[in-house]
Amino acid sequence: MKVTLSINGRLREADVEPRKTLLDTLREDFLLVGSHAGCEHGVCGACTVLIDGEPSRACLMFAVQADGYEITTIEGLALAPGELSVVQDAFCETHGLQCGYCTPGMILAAHALLMRNDTPSRDDIVEAISGNICRCTGYGQIVEAVEYAADRLRKTNAPRGPRAMQTDQPDVGRLAKTDAPRGGRS
Amino acid sequence: MKPAPFDYVRPDSLAEACEVLAGDEDARIIAGGQTLIPMLAMRLARPSRLVDVLRLMELRGISLDGDAIVIGAVTRQVEVERSEIVQRWLPLLARALPWVGHPPTRNRGTVGGSIANADPSAEIPLVAVTLGAEIEIANASGRTGMPADEFFIGPMLSSVMPGDCVAAVRFPVWSHPHVGTGFHEVSARQSDFAFVAAAAQVAIDERGRCLDATLGLGGVGDRALRIDVTPLIGEQAGHVSISDIVRAATEDLEASSDLHATADYRRRVASVLGTRALEDAFADARSRSGCIQ
Repeated sequence: MKVTLSINGRLREADVEPRKTLLDTLREDFLLVGSHAGCEHGVCGACTVLIDGEPSRACLMFAVQADGYEITTIEGLALAPGELSVVQDAFCETHGLQCGYCTPGMILAAHALLMRNDTPSRDDIVEAISGNICRCTGYGQIVEAVEYAADRLRKTNAPRGPRAMQTDQPDVGRLAKTDAPRGGRS
Repeated sequence: MKPAPFDYVRPDSLAEACEVLAGDEDARIIAGGQTLIPMLAMRLARPSRLVDVLRLMELRGISLDGDAIVIGAVTRQVEVERSEIVQRWLPLLARALPWVGHPPTRNRGTVGGSIANADPSAEIPLVAVTLGAEIEIANASGRTGMPADEFFIGPMLSSVMPGDCVAAVRFPVWSHPHVGTGFHEVSARQSDFAFVAAAAQVAIDERGRCLDATLGLGGVGDRALRIDVTPLIGEQAGHVSISDIVRAATEDLEASSDLHATADYRRRVASVLGTRALEDAFADARSRSGCIQ
């Protein structure tokens, strides 16, 4: 089946079997290998991507179901190649990763939380990453990284919160006509 | 961990979906897929065809209809969790939802999916049974309603027949002025399947007398069960022993035993959590009525 997916602000086409998960499609057809394959049945969170800004399991969705949504992978977070987003940088600063396998999922879950709520409590952070398993860090430094990122985001003047999310909503119809990259992302 | 091949169709209407389902008994409905896709990946399910109903607008939405809140089957759990209508009119469902999976699965998982899946430890079926909700089922010959306690038959077993599609759930709204809720759960870890879950809702008058009370238990047996707590009705909450009533109502419960928990443990925890859920519900109702005891 042919599918057209909006990934990181860009429309991409693939010819996939219905049984191919979004995760495998991202990794094999689009070479976006930042979404990691862990358990492949929805338990570990390593494959987390954002679907319309909300963290979801890429292994629990078939590519044929994913058209029409704005899909954001870890590759789509930084503003330009070679740069890091605030959340990514905060994970480096606070040693919020060791082996790195869970990190893309953790960062996307944290990013979605901070776009909604830039003053999260510790409980909010723990809840937001509760679907993501890390076997290295013991989670302490991950929570610290999210707190640090929240602090840095509060001190910037970048738009955040529900209003920013509204304006950030993709216009898939418009993209379909132009196939243009959006917001400086490549 | 890759599913076996299947066909994928996305009908444009519920009628069309029912037609496809009626013509192929190995076809299965997919909505959020948060339970079905793991089963496909482990090849515990091998449907010939998946009928995707997630985008059918006629199955979506939360509305107040007379004395009930009607939630369309493909309404995502996160939408219910954030719904002001649900928080205002269905406080028990609002209280139970954070216990359903974790945020990423609630972003995709649907209310109807959880109902149709009929997991004995699932929270949404438990709330449906506790409140006496009605499940609306659509098929090629039309729509019918069925009370939740008849709908759930056993573990992962419901009255949904091949060709049927859960269309909506009607949760009754309590119109009493002071309604309180309580919810407790024990599981191996956050968001895992409940060994025991207890949901309670009570209504009291200005003087703290109980006008209505309901208690449901999930995870104990092969489906969610409503427990008889009618002895509480008409009583002043502080004047009767909630724990005695709950213990008496739960001591003969048929409980399941597995490698996580024995039947005895489940019965014991059911009695304790049932009591706590009711106590929380009374405290919640009192704090809303401004009545201090």
